[in-house]
Amino acid sequence: MAIAETQVYTPQAPRPKVRLLEDERWLALVLLVPTLVLLGTFIAYPFLRGILLSVTDARVGVPGGFVGLANFYKIFNDGIFRTSVYNTFIYTGVTTVFKLALGLWLALLLNRNFRGKAFTRAFILLPFIIPTVLSTFAWKWMFDPTFSVINWLLYHLGLITGRINWLGDPDLAMISIIIVNIWRGVPFFAISLLAGLQTISPELNEAAAIDGARPWQRFWYVTWPLLLPVTMVVVLFSVIQTFADFQIVYVMTGGGPANATHLFATYAYQIGIGTGLLSEGAAISLAMFPVLFLVVIIQLLYIRRVEVR
Amino acid sequence: MARVTRRNVLKSGAALVGGMAGILATGRAPAFAQGTTVHWLRWNDFVPASDQLLRKELLPAAEKALGIKINLETVNGNDLQPRITSAIQSGSGPDIIMLFNNHPQIYSESVVDLSDIAGRVSEAEDGYYDLCKSNSVDGQKWISLPWTIVGAMIAYRKSWFDEVGSSTFPDTWEKYREVGKKLKAQGRPIGQTLGHTFGDAPTFSYPYMWSWGGTEVEKDGKTINLNKKEVIESVKFMTAFWKEAHDEGGLAWDDTNNNRAFLSQTICATLNGASIYIESLRNPDKYITEKGTQLKTDIQHSPLPKGPAGQFAMHTYFSHVIPNYSKNQDGAKALLKWIHTKANYEPWFVSQKGFATPPTHEWEKHKLWEEDKVMAPFKIAGRLGQTPGYPLPSSGKKAAEVLTKYIITDMYAKAVQGATAEDSVKWAEVELKKIYT
Repeated sequence: MAIAETQVYTPQAPRPKVRLLEDERWLALVLLVPTLVLLGTFIAYPFLRGILLSVTDARVGVPGGFVGLANFYKIFNDGIFRTSVYNTFIYTGVTTVFKLALGLWLALLLNRNFRGKAFTRAFILLPFIIPTVLSTFAWKWMFDPTFSVINWLLYHLGLITGRINWLGDPDLAMISIIIVNIWRGVPFFAISLLAGLQTISPELNEAAAIDGARPWQRFWYVTWPLLLPVTMVVVLFSVIQTFADFQIVYVMTGGGPANATHLFATYAYQIGIGTGLLSEGAAISLAMFPVLFLVVIIQLLYIRRVEVR
Repeated sequence: MARVTRRNVLKSGAALVGGMAGILATGRAPAFAQGTTVHWLRWNDFVPASDQLLRKELLPAAEKALGIKINLETVNGNDLQPRITSAIQSGSGPDIIMLFNNHPQIYSESVVDLSDIAGRVSEAEDGYYDLCKSNSVDGQKWISLPWTIVGAMIAYRKSWFDEVGSSTFPDTWEKYREVGKKLKAQGRPIGQTLGHTFGDAPTFSYPYMWSWGGTEVEKDGKTINLNKKEVIESVKFMTAFWKEAHDEGGLAWDDTNNNRAFLSQTICATLNGASIYIESLRNPDKYITEKGTQLKTDIQHSPLPKGPAGQFAMHTYFSHVIPNYSKNQDGAKALLKWIHTKANYEPWFVSQKGFATPPTHEWEKHKLWEEDKVMAPFKIAGRLGQTPGYPLPSSGKKAAEVLTKYIITDMYAKAVQGATAEDSVKWAEVELKKIYT
């Protein structure tokens, strides 16, 4: 009893009002929730759904049963899939090299002082700003089999006598979509690299010049090493976007002629959404994942190495 | 002005999340989306006047008669399949969707049985043509309601053919190739698509293959025997025919390119619905020949030529499905019933000027067919013509997969691009076997 009485009469300290969100750990969690929800809804969920779909025989409107890796076996034995893989690597490789070279060249030019610099820099961005589908439609007309303005120009300049079958010939169709991708991607490289160039102190170049370095040597031994981390990030973004590109090919060729210009994404779309073989479509688009994952890992490791150095 | 504090921001954020959670939990948007609105998805008609007629006259009349609202959406024909796939998978979308050829077979599990309406229309209009049943019946029921048949005929320049000594249209592939060679030499090639496009590509490649004796499957519905002499011959012939007589840009054409090429007078002939001729009728002074005459006076229509195994045709078939996710199935059915009564269908049919042949025998008697002799061949398009999957009596899921993958068209396109005939046929046979066995 005595003990109980003691407890009753012990004066209690005023109970602190619980303010959960003032605890930094809870606040951090709450602030992270929107991002987690967004990433979960738009990245993790579709990705997991994709994996689940790819191991079933689901067709449009039919959930399908588990079939293991049968879809992957099927697509690796599919000639059009192999063409798509080859095309995707060629498309990504060739466009990235050109985009980097032209973008860097443009960035170096834009980094100089000249009249109308601001206007030119804004103007250069146009291909990147215009919605891709719109600009690609314009290109489609320029490469039109019958009404190509490029052919018209070449013909009137006396450079060709017949028509160039831009989108009807497999190789030319591939070249056409590569041209459009380069046209669209160069401004992104140029502006990003220009931003990188502007962080490089002009004094370094001046010091090198005083030491007698020629322009090429100044670029190669001063500018380029300092620009490399930015370049790697830009290349990383571009490779990921180009590898998974859809719009340009879909609008320009639809993967044709006779499946000659399909990329992963367009072929997955044709099989999954066009023909309604959802599981095969999912398998095709998932086949992209390991490659992209590897690219990201290699490049991120490289960037870290460069930064540590 | 209220002070912005961290607490306020968090509170309003929580309220927003709560509100969204409410919407997500009930699975429905706020109540304004109630009421019967039937969403009808169709292609952009190649006869634009018909879409105008639907929007301005027929659908307002239907809204009045049925007491529903109708939302008509038109898209590029090649986008209908992606739209229905995503609608079915997401469980929401248009209430009525137009589809081509045997495409409804792909969605048979996800669409409403329309046998009752089909039965009524068929009874009232002297029966559907066989090709309707082949494309629209899944073995037991009508999964789509026949809308129309766009007859595929070769539109050609009469005077240009006359000039090279062909006063009648060549009736065999050999003769057509000879005439085409002469015309291409004059800068007037034949225009034909071998691209991935719903209408003009398969309506050429399938009958062409059949006319040489090739079929995608044998009569048992299982055996694939494509890799044979007749088919290889057909591919070899096509490759040479293409180089000698065709506009080589055709590999990248869709269903609209040949219309533009013909109307701009760069090609002498093309397999098409009658939309080229109808456009030349609509704008007679816009399209003038090199001789100063109206283009419409120089266009004739002919069926595809004969091959060693006979003469064949395939026409583009249009039908409508009601997906079973639709919450307005009754409204959608009521609209289809309404538009398929003779009185309501007739103005639409007349506005097509013969581009569309109705799916039942009854309409062969219509006076429209007597008005213009150039359009007369289209009157009986529904009687002629096979469906993908021929010689099978019914075009099922497998034939639909072959069609949507463009395997037959690609077999010819690959060879025309430079692959050997043997390799192209072998490739197509492997693809067919994957589907049929």
